[in-house]
Amino acid sequence: MDQSPLLEMRKISKVYPNGVVANANVNFSLDKGEIHAIVGENGAGKSTLMKMIFGMEEPSEGEMVLDGRKVRFRSPQDAIDNGIGMVHQHFMLVPSLTVVDNMILGMEPTKGFNIHYKEAIRMTRELSARYNLAIDPLAKVEDLSVGMKQKVEILKVLIRGAHILILDEPTAVLTPQETEELFRQLLALKREGHTIVFISHKLKEVKVICDRITIMRGGRTEGVFETSAVSEQEISRLMVGRNVVLKYDKGDRPPGPSVLQVRNLSYINPERKPVLQDIGFTIREGEIVGIAGVEGNGQAELVKALTGSLSGAEGEVAVGGETILGRTIKEIRQLGVSYIPEDRMRQGAAKDASISDNLISMFYRMKEWNKGLLLNRKKIAGFSEAQIDRYKIRAKGPEQPIGMLSGGNMQKVVVARECEAGPKLLIAEQPTRGVDVGAAQLIHQRLLEMRADGCAILLLSADLNEILEVSDSLLVMYNGQFVAYYPDVKQVTEERLGFAMLGIERQSDAEVRRAIHD
Amino acid sequence: MIKSAHFEKIRTLAVILIALLLTFLIIAIISDDPLRTILIFLVEPVSSVSHLGNVVEMAIPLMFTGLSVVLLFRTNLFNLGAEGLFYFAGIVASTIAIHWTLSGWLHPIVSILAGALTGALLSAIPGILKAKWNVNELVTSLMFNSILFGVGLYFLNYKLRDPQAFSNSSYKLQPTALLPNLIPGTRIHLGLILALLCIVAVHYYMYRTKWGYELRMTGSNRSFAEYSGINTTKVIITVHLIAGFLAGMGGSVEVLGMYTRFQWTSLPGYGLDGALVALLAKNNPLSVIGAALFLAYIRIGADQMARMSDVPAEMISIVQAVIILLISAEQFLKFWKTRMLLKEAGIRE
Repeated sequence: MDQSPLLEMRKISKVYPNGVVANANVNFSLDKGEIHAIVGENGAGKSTLMKMIFGMEEPSEGEMVLDGRKVRFRSPQDAIDNGIGMVHQHFMLVPSLTVVDNMILGMEPTKGFNIHYKEAIRMTRELSARYNLAIDPLAKVEDLSVGMKQKVEILKVLIRGAHILILDEPTAVLTPQETEELFRQLLALKREGHTIVFISHKLKEVKVICDRITIMRGGRTEGVFETSAVSEQEISRLMVGRNVVLKYDKGDRPPGPSVLQVRNLSYINPERKPVLQDIGFTIREGEIVGIAGVEGNGQAELVKALTGSLSGAEGEVAVGGETILGRTIKEIRQLGVSYIPEDRMRQGAAKDASISDNLISMFYRMKEWNKGLLLNRKKIAGFSEAQIDRYKIRAKGPEQPIGMLSGGNMQKVVVARECEAGPKLLIAEQPTRGVDVGAAQLIHQRLLEMRADGCAILLLSADLNEILEVSDSLLVMYNGQFVAYYPDVKQVTEERLGFAMLGIERQSDAEVRRAIHD
Repeated sequence: MIKSAHFEKIRTLAVILIALLLTFLIIAIISDDPLRTILIFLVEPVSSVSHLGNVVEMAIPLMFTGLSVVLLFRTNLFNLGAEGLFYFAGIVASTIAIHWTLSGWLHPIVSILAGALTGALLSAIPGILKAKWNVNELVTSLMFNSILFGVGLYFLNYKLRDPQAFSNSSYKLQPTALLPNLIPGTRIHLGLILALLCIVAVHYYMYRTKWGYELRMTGSNRSFAEYSGINTTKVIITVHLIAGFLAGMGGSVEVLGMYTRFQWTSLPGYGLDGALVALLAKNNPLSVIGAALFLAYIRIGADQMARMSDVPAEMISIVQAVIILLISAEQFLKFWKTRMLLKEAGIRE
């Protein structure tokens, strides 16, 4: 075929005001009717490239050619007008409105001065039938499951007449079953003549569904391949520049005495909804307990209760025999609790502050870190240098603002800080979300080292691969309860896990209670 | 090659340059003899010891209020209450300077401390409201300016006013309370030393102590500070106390150093100028010195110009407005930075 590409990005560069060069002379071309994957480590510049295609960012240099015409998008509206739509990783929906309201937002069909709802509903139904994306137009978005919300996002893009769809990490929040369904729909869209850009970290998925792959590394394109022509190993080598082992040899380590004990933990939120119901489990020294579950089933509240930022929870939570419910964050941290938060930008880091400043938040109060009234700068500098070295943090130096680092390197700073405090209990919430393979591997290794040193670790993750690889035992959370406990994670398949996460299968109370050890 | 790391400094300089060019343009339009007027504006403030003295004298209160605002801005608190605190502390210091009898060196110390402590305590009110109930500090601090001015004026009219004086001013401050002069031939007083000491102290506090660390983290990302176990409520209240203390000290020092009677019948404006100083200093304590001196320099230049030429001093407000506008405009000169960054990254020759 020697048709010219549908969309072409030529020698695109993008530099952010904080000095991050996100794209450097990137070339990217998209053929009509293909599913094209963009893979790369975090900070490789995938999202930036997509944001430029969708008009959210303007390239600093370079040009964009659509259908043979040179184009320049100043806003997403320009992109939409040119038939480009984007499904964001974090859904852009109004939860309190209905599906149909969300669909027509900003392009409402009118009848006189009123919104023509009948027409809007008809349009939604027609579109959902045509693309086999079953959805109730009158359901409220907040009542929908994650998979359903994603369908609404896709429909929203289609109703605006998009024929190029960009999906940013669409499977990150889906269960295996939901992912399969999404793939069927994407293939259907392809048959209808749509062109799809698929951004992902999950190479398996890329292999299954995509026609071509563009690999990015460090803001540059590393190459474009026919999917059938490359193996997963080759892709990951090109992504990180080295071979990646996705399996860990943990070694057996009999768990020691219990560190975290949770019993009868319940929480009713201000809307009177029971978010946590009679939660009970134990984590012992040198044990990694994973908690799997679709987002929004109480995991966030459980973590908040354990880290001292949830008021109103009832029950017993003890670390090393000391009860922690009702204590301040500082007191809990002083008991030896470290916490890698899910959202590093909001909670995990102060982005205008230096790497050093971000590293010492666990230590600066301690006597050894102060000399009289002043902070011990030598010690801080030495410590920061050592961590940058040990965690292979790509930075100009300890005084560089952390906001200038890529997501993966920023996460390494957070992990370094929390792990080097030498905690008794480490709560790791999505420790590798949005982080490249190389950084994820480094973080996993560190967690396993901590386990070998006798740290008790609670791992919460939406990434099933991670949770199955790293944890020793596994709990599944559904609707604020534990619905399954697997004492040995090796006995679990992704499929069974998926059923438990969706609440289709559940174990008896007695089976789940095995998670409590004495 | 100019490094992107210096971009902020270069940008500030560029802003000042543009503001000055604009000044010249305005002068050229209004004045009959523009060259002479511009020369007066630029050279007069540094032409004699006494004029230089004027610049430094004016910079002293600006340093105090600028430093106070730097602390607040750095903690991400948009509090403009230095104005009212400055005024009210002046009243308190004057009251002690007029009505108490103390020995020579103790009198100014007690007066200044009284003014500073009053400032700290009054400043704590918006601080507590903000920290505990998230009341917007900009609103409360601006309202406090009016309240403090009204109450202060009441004190001046009914408690301190000297019926013998021609204008609406207080009894004479006792000579024992006045601050000693530092440099003969000028009115530069001991307050300068005090201001510089405070600036250095705040610098160390902010960058070198654990409390300063808590302040910076709270300012940079309050959620992160809380997650790290920092009691941000305490930090916000502490910062308000220190900032109020400094603003109050500024007001007291200004009255005792420059006047023999308390005679402000309107807010003197140093508090709001403090915000401008903080903006120019990029919220950096040590840079407050330069920022305050610069602002004082263009003010004195404008005063001299009004006196010696046909352009009024109010012209300087335009210059200040341009400076504020350009410094706050984040996009200004951004294209230039982008180019520098691309060059540094080796993408562009």
